[in-house]
Amino acid sequence: MSAPTSAMLEIRDLQAQVGNKVILKGLSLTVPAGEVHAIMGPNGSGKSTLAHVLAGREGYTVTGGQALFQGRDLLDMPPEQRARAGVFLAFQYPVEIPGVPNATFLKAAINAARRERGETELDAIEFLKRAKATLRKLKMDDSVLARALNVGFSGGEKKRNEIFQMAMLEPKLAILDETDSGLDIDALRIVSEGVNALRAADRSMLIITHYQRLLDYIVPDKVHVLSGGRIVKTGDKDLAVELERTGYAGLAA
Amino acid sequence: MTAIETVRKLAESDYKYGFVSDIESDFAPKGLSEDIVRFISAKKDEPEWLLNWRLDAFKHWLTLGNHEPTWARVKHPPIDFQDIHYYAAPKSKEKPKSLDEVDPELLRTYEKLGIPLQERAALAGVAVDAVFDSISVATTYKGKLKELGIIFCSMSEAVREHPDLVRKYLGSVVPVTDNFYATLNSAVFSDGSFVYVPKGVRCPMELSTYFRINAAETGQFERTLIVADEGAYVSYLEGCTAPKRDENQLHAAVVELVALEGAEIKYATVQNWYPGDANGKGGIYNFVTKRGACRGARSRISWTQVETGSAITWKYPSVILEGDDSVGEFYSVAVVNNFQQADTGTKMIHLGRNTRSTIISKGISAGRGQNTYRGLVRVNPKADNARNYTQCDSLLIGEKCGGHTVPYIEVRNRTGRVEHEATTSKISDDQLFYCRSRGLSTEDAVSVIVNGFCKEVLQKLPMEFAVEAQKLLGVSLEGAVG
Repeated sequence: MSAPTSAMLEIRDLQAQVGNKVILKGLSLTVPAGEVHAIMGPNGSGKSTLAHVLAGREGYTVTGGQALFQGRDLLDMPPEQRARAGVFLAFQYPVEIPGVPNATFLKAAINAARRERGETELDAIEFLKRAKATLRKLKMDDSVLARALNVGFSGGEKKRNEIFQMAMLEPKLAILDETDSGLDIDALRIVSEGVNALRAADRSMLIITHYQRLLDYIVPDKVHVLSGGRIVKTGDKDLAVELERTGYAGLAA
Repeated sequence: MTAIETVRKLAESDYKYGFVSDIESDFAPKGLSEDIVRFISAKKDEPEWLLNWRLDAFKHWLTLGNHEPTWARVKHPPIDFQDIHYYAAPKSKEKPKSLDEVDPELLRTYEKLGIPLQERAALAGVAVDAVFDSISVATTYKGKLKELGIIFCSMSEAVREHPDLVRKYLGSVVPVTDNFYATLNSAVFSDGSFVYVPKGVRCPMELSTYFRINAAETGQFERTLIVADEGAYVSYLEGCTAPKRDENQLHAAVVELVALEGAEIKYATVQNWYPGDANGKGGIYNFVTKRGACRGARSRISWTQVETGSAITWKYPSVILEGDDSVGEFYSVAVVNNFQQADTGTKMIHLGRNTRSTIISKGISAGRGQNTYRGLVRVNPKADNARNYTQCDSLLIGEKCGGHTVPYIEVRNRTGRVEHEATTSKISDDQLFYCRSRGLSTEDAVSVIVNGFCKEVLQKLPMEFAVEAQKLLGVSLEGAVG
């Protein structure tokens, strides 16, 4: 039996379905603190389902198994509790909310977590200071703060905004769901730099991607291949390169 | 639990302001007759001309034969107009000269509502003319206003102290024959506020009045008249909450605004009357006639309203743009939840040349609520170069509510330009999940999304009111939106 406290995320034999369609069929995975793991796999293998189940999205039924976050039963917590505890999902398709400034939204999110931890709330001045410093690091313009959340953002801007939110929320476990999709090569580099800057000993990341190219920039500690609802192969970064050459066909479980 | 179910659960939370104060009321007997009209007028020591004005209204009302307007998209059982008290006043022999003399029970009531009168007046520099049921009980900051020649008092006092002004303008915007409820109001109006800002004077503070319906089964018939003389400016705030009641309470107010040449009036309302319970029992019937006349050239009138309460809201704050280059504006947020019904909008009547109007309406529907925007933009033949821009957005929460947009556009001048934009959207599960995945509770998520939806209107409110309105939306969303 592994010691759950040493792992940031430990998934044991996870089974989940949407309606009657079984998608995850006994997925097991352990991400130790401070490590970056990539999950690759063909379309329909269950990558996004895994991300959604971990974040607590409605519409998925977990029929078996466990997901422990720092030893806590993640699946038992509502989405907002997971977020406040330090789980962050960078969306594949970030959602637009008209009329709500980015800054207002982000400040509310940060303060929800701070209240949960019994800390004082960030005031507007302190928030702005941090936000501007973070934007500088991510080479983003301050104007993003006043813009309505993701409204009128290009695909690349939306993805960068996810990384900005992640940087501000300082999660312990970040799940990046196809963050590379829709990014051109320059945007990919900038986003990757942002992600790399957030790598830390007390932070783990689960990077879900279809393509190896993101992993040229964000070099993972481990690569898992998800196929047919299970992890069918695990290796180091070279596995991603190999997959790029051989394709997923030979790996189907 | 789906997002919608969560929202439904939130919607069952209780009306926060439901309580009854036990100040004894001095009632008129139930029912409406010429005697009652005379009783009200006598009770208020009114001059003959006003009594006759009321009686004319009453006689006209009788000819309407209990035919309430039926064109609005609202449903309610017939109102028994003989089963209503048309007058109720808090008992008090002497009129209070200062807050110290005000019934402490009354002051406590205001405090429960989060309206500490003295504090608010002192801290915010707001003059508050507090209307409790039908009689004004406290007026502050009068001295300062008096120095500038600004009159801000109860309608009853205005009738006594400034009869010429009242007589000149009362009923000049909303005539006694205007509509069923306006006619009724003219016959039996109890009290309300009167404001006169003289030529060239900018009122240095926001004027605000809190209304409160308290005595059981007492119809409330407020009458408010605001006159801004040439080049004058005034901003007026009206906010309301009401205690919990099972009986439906009729509220039929009339508000008239008159802006002379170069004058500007801003009128803002936050309405939070008891909306009834989750099963649609109880709640206020809010049948209000509000209208402003831009009489002079370059005058401006703007209405801003945040309507979250009442079982039924029937209300069309309008502007008659008589003066050349005059401007009318209407900014509205209307929220319905449970079984609430709102049929609200505006009328912009362009008579003068180069007149402009803007209409921004945000309707939010939840539960089984039905929300209708009904608006008229009319450009008359002589109104050369009239412009109107209308934007009506509806936000739906859940599957059982309704949002309806009924624009009437009548352009009788070739140079008129009228634009109308409308959208309908829903708070999606995606939006709720996105917010929750960042740590916001469903309740906060809804609040954030709705405040974003209403932003263009909320930012038109004076600062202290905007904060209150945002809180109110939050509270209504606990009990209203998902």
